[in-house]
Amino acid sequence: MTRAVLIAFARLFITVLLAVTFVFIILRVSGDPARALLPLDAPEEQIEAVRAEWDLDKPLPQQYLTYILKLASGDFGLSMNDRQPALQVVAEKIPATVLLMGTGLVIAFTVGSALGLIAASFRGRAPDRLIMSLAIFVHSIPSFLFGILLILLFAVALRLLPSGGGPSPLHLLMPAAVIGLSQAGVVARFVRSSTLEVLAQPYITVAGLKPLPRWYFIRAHVLPGSALPLLTLFGFSLGGIIAGAAIVESVFAWPGVGRFLVFSVARRDVAVVQTIVVLVATMMAFANLMTDLLYAFFDPRVRTS
Amino acid sequence: MTDLMAANPSRPARPRKRREIAVGIAVSVVILFVLVAIFAEQLAPYGFATIDLRARNAPPALFGGSFTHILGTDELGRDILSRLMISVRVSLIVSVLACLIAATIGVTLGLAAAFLKGWVDSLIRVAIDFNASVPFLIFALAILAFFGNNIVLFVVLLGTYGWERYARLVRALALVEYEKGYVLALRRLGASELSIAVKHVLPNVAAIIIVNMTIALPEIILLESGLSFLGVGIQPPLASLGNMVGLGRDYIVTSWWIATIPGIAIFALTLSISTIGDWLRDVTDPSLK
Repeated sequence: MTRAVLIAFARLFITVLLAVTFVFIILRVSGDPARALLPLDAPEEQIEAVRAEWDLDKPLPQQYLTYILKLASGDFGLSMNDRQPALQVVAEKIPATVLLMGTGLVIAFTVGSALGLIAASFRGRAPDRLIMSLAIFVHSIPSFLFGILLILLFAVALRLLPSGGGPSPLHLLMPAAVIGLSQAGVVARFVRSSTLEVLAQPYITVAGLKPLPRWYFIRAHVLPGSALPLLTLFGFSLGGIIAGAAIVESVFAWPGVGRFLVFSVARRDVAVVQTIVVLVATMMAFANLMTDLLYAFFDPRVRTS
Repeated sequence: MTDLMAANPSRPARPRKRREIAVGIAVSVVILFVLVAIFAEQLAPYGFATIDLRARNAPPALFGGSFTHILGTDELGRDILSRLMISVRVSLIVSVLACLIAATIGVTLGLAAAFLKGWVDSLIRVAIDFNASVPFLIFALAILAFFGNNIVLFVVLLGTYGWERYARLVRALALVEYEKGYVLALRRLGASELSIAVKHVLPNVAAIIIVNMTIALPEIILLESGLSFLGVGIQPPLASLGNMVGLGRDYIVTSWWIATIPGIAIFALTLSISTIGDWLRDVTDPSLK
């Protein structure tokens, strides 16, 4: 158990370090970092100040070390946005994105697991085929097209929901649905196959001999075995949801980090972009850490080893 | 029924016919797209950038428009069908090139890892760790922010998507091949390691690489169109399916067809290729599933 925790924390550290190293390398390779980290019209003295402060006139290993220390202390450079610290500008937009992704995740996992369970219990019959076709469907549809179709239906034709903006519960509905349903297909496929695997286990055959109601049988015997692998999927689909957020936030003008990232890329606001990349990597690393720990906690096979 | 379906326990034998029909339709759609991409100039009724301000925002023929512009026109009066044809060409060329680059990188490293082991192995593991830490779209956006946008960089960037999948797959397959008698025999005959890898091992794993490419291609098309949609991929005046949707997005309330038609084209293309890819995978090797 202690070993599993230590390994999980080491992984967290390494992935964040990898992301920081990646940003450092492309920052160095792409041109003058001092200019990149400041707004275009920054005066020459300020550029010199940054160069000295970030040790950009020193040998590379020292630059790298200073860079890591700078980021660790929360200094990511200045955004072109009113020349505010990049971290602060990004931080203001985090709550909206977390709300959107959280709702999306809940939709993905509830809808996906329900459909996956239904598909597995009707294996090979019409409901199964329908659900699996739907899963391929939502996997192939570009999220921006999905978003635009929803806007056409609910905002333009029916006039029920606002086409974009926010953040408010009404504004949240459509973007969260796009993010959630796009991932629900993957979840459904996954739950279906893990449930079928569990159903083939000998202990299920034994449990099936007991005179239990079907729902109780699934809840008490099938679900615990097929739910654990979902933890792995959680870390995996978080990446998909973060990437999806960048596109979906842009479609629905949701005032979050994803839309801000796209906006900053178009303006080449390097300070903001590096902040977001490092934050995303840190967040994903934490999600993986939690997955590892929950696995160690719940799965007796991992817990005792 | 036959061995094809019997080899795959998760699917019953009965809907085999249904699946063959679906695959048949998918293949026809892909052929149609490829023909359109090849003969775009000959087929297009107008120039893809020809502006006709008198015919702005004309709806498609079946939605109140005329047959002079079957799929309607955009906000500058450019014919949507003609733009769509050029866009299919651009999107397909970009995505297929990217797919080939990824396969080349992955196969080379995978083969190298199989008989060099050591640092190549470590490199692949680091890359997989990094891939797990930052979603590719975010990675791509970061690169485009730092280096600015040009089409060569964009294609190469997309070409780094998914290479580690080929690398892992080829490494595992090649390790199995190296244990086989024919490799041993070739070594005794004095063949060099490089020629064994390229001339003998590679052809034996080629089928699986191709299946993997068919599965990766739709993902690359979605990435390309997603980035172009966001305005950081293919840039105007060049048209791609994604940037057509992106540029049409501002007009969806008044002229829905400008964004929706290219969007549906992307969907039809990715869905068809996915269908073919899934089928190929099941037919060639059910254990890969």
